[in-house]
Amino acid sequence: MTTMVTPNAANLDASGRRVVVDPVTRIEGHLRLEVNVDDDNVIRNAVSTGTMWRGIELILQGRDPRDAWAFVQRICGVCTGTHALTSVRAVEDALGIEVPENANTIRNMMQLALYVHDHLVHFYHLHALDWVDVVSALSADPKATSELAQSLSDWPLSSPGYFRDLQSRLKKFVDSGQLGPFKNGYWGHPAYKLPPEANLMAVAHYIEALDFQKEIVKIHAIFGGKNPHPNWLVGGVPAPINLNGTGAGTGGITMDRLNIVSDIVERCIQFTEQVYLPDLKAIASFYKDWGAIGGGLASLNVLSYGDMPARANDYSADSLELPRGAIVGGDLSKIHEVDLRDPSEIQEFVSHSWYSYEDEGKGLHPWDGVTEVNYDPGPGFKGTREKIENFDESAKYSFLKAPRWKGHAMEVGPLARYIIGYAQGNPEFKEPVDKLLTDLDVPLEAIFSTLGRTAARGLECQWAAHKLKAYHQKLLATIKAGDTSTANTQKWKPETWDADVKGVGFTEAPRGALGHWIHIQNGKIANYQAVVPTTWNGSPRDPQGNIGAYEASLLDTKMHDPHLPLEILRTIHSFDPCLACSTHVMSPDGQETKVTVR
Amino acid sequence: MSQGLETFYDVIRRRGVSRRSFLKFCSLTAASLGLGPAAASQMAHAMETKPRIPVIWLHGLECTCCTESFIRSAHPLVSDVLLSMISLDYDDTIMAAAGHQAEAILEETLEAHRGNYILAVEGNPPLAEDGMFCIPGGEPFVNKLKRMASGASAVIAWGSCASWGCVQAAKPNPTQATPIHKVVTDKPVIKVPGCPPIAEVMTGVLTYMLTFDQMPALDRQGRPKMFYSQRIHDKCYRRPHFDAGQFVESWDDDNARKGYCLYKMGCKGPTTYNACSSVQWNDGVSWPIRSGHGCLGCSEEDFWDRGSFYSRLEDIDGFGVEANADEIGMAAAGAVGVGIAAHAAASAVKRVIQKPDSHTRRPHDGSDQA
Repeated sequence: MTTMVTPNAANLDASGRRVVVDPVTRIEGHLRLEVNVDDDNVIRNAVSTGTMWRGIELILQGRDPRDAWAFVQRICGVCTGTHALTSVRAVEDALGIEVPENANTIRNMMQLALYVHDHLVHFYHLHALDWVDVVSALSADPKATSELAQSLSDWPLSSPGYFRDLQSRLKKFVDSGQLGPFKNGYWGHPAYKLPPEANLMAVAHYIEALDFQKEIVKIHAIFGGKNPHPNWLVGGVPAPINLNGTGAGTGGITMDRLNIVSDIVERCIQFTEQVYLPDLKAIASFYKDWGAIGGGLASLNVLSYGDMPARANDYSADSLELPRGAIVGGDLSKIHEVDLRDPSEIQEFVSHSWYSYEDEGKGLHPWDGVTEVNYDPGPGFKGTREKIENFDESAKYSFLKAPRWKGHAMEVGPLARYIIGYAQGNPEFKEPVDKLLTDLDVPLEAIFSTLGRTAARGLECQWAAHKLKAYHQKLLATIKAGDTSTANTQKWKPETWDADVKGVGFTEAPRGALGHWIHIQNGKIANYQAVVPTTWNGSPRDPQGNIGAYEASLLDTKMHDPHLPLEILRTIHSFDPCLACSTHVMSPDGQETKVTVR
Repeated sequence: MSQGLETFYDVIRRRGVSRRSFLKFCSLTAASLGLGPAAASQMAHAMETKPRIPVIWLHGLECTCCTESFIRSAHPLVSDVLLSMISLDYDDTIMAAAGHQAEAILEETLEAHRGNYILAVEGNPPLAEDGMFCIPGGEPFVNKLKRMASGASAVIAWGSCASWGCVQAAKPNPTQATPIHKVVTDKPVIKVPGCPPIAEVMTGVLTYMLTFDQMPALDRQGRPKMFYSQRIHDKCYRRPHFDAGQFVESWDDDNARKGYCLYKMGCKGPTTYNACSSVQWNDGVSWPIRSGHGCLGCSEEDFWDRGSFYSRLEDIDGFGVEANADEIGMAAAGAVGVGIAAHAAASAVKRVIQKPDSHTRRPHDGSDQA
């Protein structure tokens, strides 16, 4: 039974050579991939395994729901803040708390600052080395590099001397024999297509982005006191506003702080538009073939909850800046509504996950979710308990559960958001996509790909930088109108709460749709479940045999040399995996159903 | 040390930094560590003569906030740390290589640099289920940790996960997540706690070790004294409001806007040893109390299990700023089981605060590490 067709139309053939990539690096957390390649080194089967579990939802039981944001924020320090925001929304939903307009604005700004930071760091520090050959940069002509850079952008760090100096330092670094993070990279691999000058320019921007990223998160430090892991508050935000009264200047949000934010916002726009996007276009122009590789579920099923409420406490699609909805079967003419409260829509399955349900043929809605860990790779895995060689995908093989929307495996993330926004005809999303497609001279179909995923993230970074500015201006306008409130404390005290309530909060994390479901009884957390983006994308198979987005995206990719997993890294990195996020969740039920075997 | 490696000075000079700027850098670094002019010249000499030290950075059960914090360092810039100060040969989060190519670096380091590399650990090993709740590379993380620790010259525990266990070790600790000093027992572990630690604290500890070729002075719990010997409360700029009995009573109230003390809102500053109130966060832009939220106590052992973040500390011991973690630890060790009595000579707070609520706690007792 090495070949099969999955219900979501993937042809799997596990008869060829098995290749393991573990650890997958330049991601958050621990991910393992196993693929089978055929005689032509084309991937015919893919197996995605989350290799860590922390049990944070179990730890939350019995705690004060006002503390939950701090616990769940530690689910992930890369997308720091987004779990905390999702949590305070879930608690506020359960307790019926409305937040002041300024709190909503500040939360949006923190979320948007995260987007700019996370997308930028992903592109340069987690993804770029898949496309940029650092060693090739040594043979670049600095003058030609300068001409290239100046033809792309007005960014001032572009003189021949600047690139010559950088190249000289890079040469001595490489010559030292101590390559540090670049050690054992895939330098010289024939899949690298950039000319030396583009490589040198990209290396320069790798370093510049590393120095710049720390500036972006100062927005979190101002509003939340620190980054990573800023502080949040059920009912609003912790920072009070005092621009002109007694004690102004001593803490919270003050005029000098707002000026720092203003400067950072402008620099975000500048860096995104003068460095990130020009680099993205320049690099993409050499890799257009990747517009037809790695699409997986993107052309079929995509999901977004939407985020950034324009109006405080209004989480309807109409209020959300990011698009909301689901597309199924590739039908872009129909945007399905998504209801996080409907027990039949979002369910998690564990038939191939290291958890136990009473009935593993069924899925559980997060409000009914259970978390019973059960590490059991089955009898068919290869290796020893202490040294795994191959997992067996017909058994349980991952600490990720398999979330499904109305039974469908879905892709989430920037590309999903842009596809939905595009399908809705929303010009904020459609126009930049059309322009990029025109500039690269590729068809619309090219967005359903590894390249499309990476490009959507870049476009979204620019979008977020401009929205950041808009919400900064909104904050100033609201203060000017006399409203300086940042917290609603009417229901701060547990004695004001109902005895038994449920709530759900959602955001769009940089990596995709994120939901937290909470059940509060007698002032304490009775149950807490998080369904996170990488669980959607990296999910194992479900009882019906549907494969998840990572597995689907790797199929049919031709590898130059299966021993060197560069092609796998390109596609998997295009999702920006976050495993610590994904491998802590639980939900219920299910008996294994045989996949169609032929 | 491997031969033929370039020194920090060589590297920084080739990056276009003048000797004058280099010496200035040494002075500033020495000053930021609270060291005198003699230390600056010592630092310069060290950097002129030493090659970059290999660093292996492993990730166990964690959230990567420590790596994210590390790359926020402004002084020194993390790009300078990576390119000029250390040779970060392995770090899952940023390294180019993956799979076999990545794992080969670990074996190569054990052979080529045994006894000469620093092991930095982010996160911790889970010991339940024979370690199978964290199996990067197809093996229990605890095995990889022990193997790489065996050849390291020094072991750094980044953050509260590696130092204390942190969030996944909070009750009921489903995976039996365990701080690394419980499994690396044959050499001292430098604990740099915090969730995450401050960027400049991380690079400060590392720079000190590279510069002076020695371990930083540690307190009894294994924390560098330079950053962890005083409480948030000792250096808090809102301390005068505490002493004057001026408190925030409710979020966003008039007192909050005036920047009064957050003690009644649950601030754990009085019992937390960390450098937030002095070094501050994100290039000194702010820190939690400045932005209006109380301290969570994230650098303290088991801070997740000490009651709500919004519960008021019941007893404030009255040690002055001269008290350090060892003294508190010893005092507490002598009072195990009875807690710390309220200090008789406390400031005005004792007279003005309302009756404490039922939640009780005492400062960390320091009994964990011999």
